[in-house]
Amino acid sequence: MKARVHVMLKDGVLDPQGQAVAHALGALGFEGVDDVRQGKVIDLDLAETDIAAAEAKVREMCEKLLANTVIERYDIEIG
Amino acid sequence: MKAAVLVFPGSNCDRDLAVAFRNAGADVTMVWHKDSALPEGVDVVGIPGGFSFGDYLRCGAIAARSPICRAVVEHVHRGGYALGICNGFQVLTETGLLPGALMRNAGLKFVCKPVDLTVSTTNSIFTSGYEMGQRITIPVAHHDGNYVAPDDLVARLRDEDRIAFGYCDNPNGSVADIAGILSENRRVLGLMPHPERAAEPAHGNTDGAALFRALIGALTPA
Repeated sequence: MKARVHVMLKDGVLDPQGQAVAHALGALGFEGVDDVRQGKVIDLDLAETDIAAAEAKVREMCEKLLANTVIERYDIEIG
Repeated sequence: MKAAVLVFPGSNCDRDLAVAFRNAGADVTMVWHKDSALPEGVDVVGIPGGFSFGDYLRCGAIAARSPICRAVVEHVHRGGYALGICNGFQVLTETGLLPGALMRNAGLKFVCKPVDLTVSTTNSIFTSGYEMGQRITIPVAHHDGNYVAPDDLVARLRDEDRIAFGYCDNPNGSVADIAGILSENRRVLGLMPHPERAAEPAHGNTDGAALFRALIGALTPA
């Protein structure tokens, strides 16, 4: 079973990389980009076949390693 | 007095830290990240600077989940001392032994230069060799030294006198100019600047030596 984890900085945490990307887009002439936030996508290939069990396992992985919940939030997509 | 210095793939200040500990009088053992126990009778664990595991995922994240770090967490919970410098500070926040997190520098640039710090508390084994408010110069070399903490945590760190060092001219965007913090029991210090790189005359600056002298001196039986 495939799982995809999106890790993003929490709202309110300054994202200097996102800001640099926003500035670069402005420099290229793209107007109206009010904000850019940069995050990570992590794809997992799991042996687990039960959706609920897979989601629980990936949530534990996020809490223990994949995200730093002090500054980041995560979303999990299964299947 | 026994010190252990952890070594991860990508550590590059481990030997410098061992020299600083040794020059201050410690008996130093290097400990590999795959070891699951610290040497018997270790008083202080040094977590060195560098780029453990290539800074993959987040700086310090993989190192913080290594077998030796589980032993470090137990050592600290038993009342042991730990000093994390640069990448070591990042590892300490990732283990949860110190609060907050270290993010990409606000200016996005890797900053490598001597910076001026203010000693913000002398109430710790690490800072008792300095005067309160003393201005010292210590090198920094990092890309992810921007200390981030919510307002209530910053207030708590201030109230509990746990900010050890502050930047005089903030090089990385850290909240409240924080360069180093102490744990609640004051036995764990994490800081981004490198005192081990300013610890003997050959370095051209010995402002960092007082930290090691105070730490090792206090833990050495008279």
